[in-house]
Amino acid sequence: MNPWPFVISSYALTALATIATSFWAWRAARKAEARAEQLTGRD
Amino acid sequence: MHVFANPRRFLAIAVPVTPWCFWGGIALILAGCWAGLFMAPADYLQGENARILYIHVPAAWLGMGGWSGLTIAAIMQLVGRHPLAAVAGRALAVPGAVFTALCLATGSIWGRPTWGTWWEWDGRLTSMLLLLFLYIGYIALARSSADRADGGGVSRVTAIFALIGALNLPVIHYSVVWWNSLHQGRSITMSGSSIAPSMLWPLGLTVLGFTLWFIAIVLLRMRAILAENRIEARLRRMSRS
Repeated sequence: MNPWPFVISSYALTALATIATSFWAWRAARKAEARAEQLTGRD
Repeated sequence: MHVFANPRRFLAIAVPVTPWCFWGGIALILAGCWAGLFMAPADYLQGENARILYIHVPAAWLGMGGWSGLTIAAIMQLVGRHPLAAVAGRALAVPGAVFTALCLATGSIWGRPTWGTWWEWDGRLTSMLLLLFLYIGYIALARSSADRADGGGVSRVTAIFALIGALNLPVIHYSVVWWNSLHQGRSITMSGSSIAPSMLWPLGLTVLGFTLWFIAIVLLRMRAILAENRIEARLRRMSRS
């Protein structure tokens, strides 16, 4: 059995999950912090 | 630890630390994966399939490490009444669940060419699957209780759930000792490692890299939750005036 499709799919899955989690966490923090700053500026 | 109980003080440290952990982690992950794929030798028994372990092992480590973090946060919340502990608990759950799912997926992909099966109901695999279900339960509880809990963190019931779920951690760890298993035994113990140095150093890089990256994601999640708290508090004050 050729091992490389198994190896490549494992690394691809991990890369996808890492990128998706990074983007989700960064976007949530950026959005919330920008909104909090905006509301502070209204004082 | 109460020095960091003040969210403002915590943010003063977390904001500059986050990019260092994130980019440092990514650099180590890339270096470790490159070394694992192209520099480390193939295993004499598993062949090229052993390269999957350079990402499977960090995923297992962080899946269990995430729940260990939840347990510590729960103790600090319930006993020490640390205000940021509940926020940390909520921030840890999703990345921990992602890595537990990755551990199961990469393990399954590795198992097909190595064991000849995608799945086996043995102690290690079953207890790891139970950990994923515990994470899903924790996330559901945390979401349903977030509005009622102080400061956007998890409720006391959710923290108690984390403590009960911690009973599964020693079961995962010792499952390969307690039961006959297809899963290999421990390769790294307190007394040393049975892994060849040429294969150990890329594994060290990926474990360290994913750990740093995981810390950055948890810090980002905590920053988001604290900012949401500030928004809610501000809107409440504005609606009163």
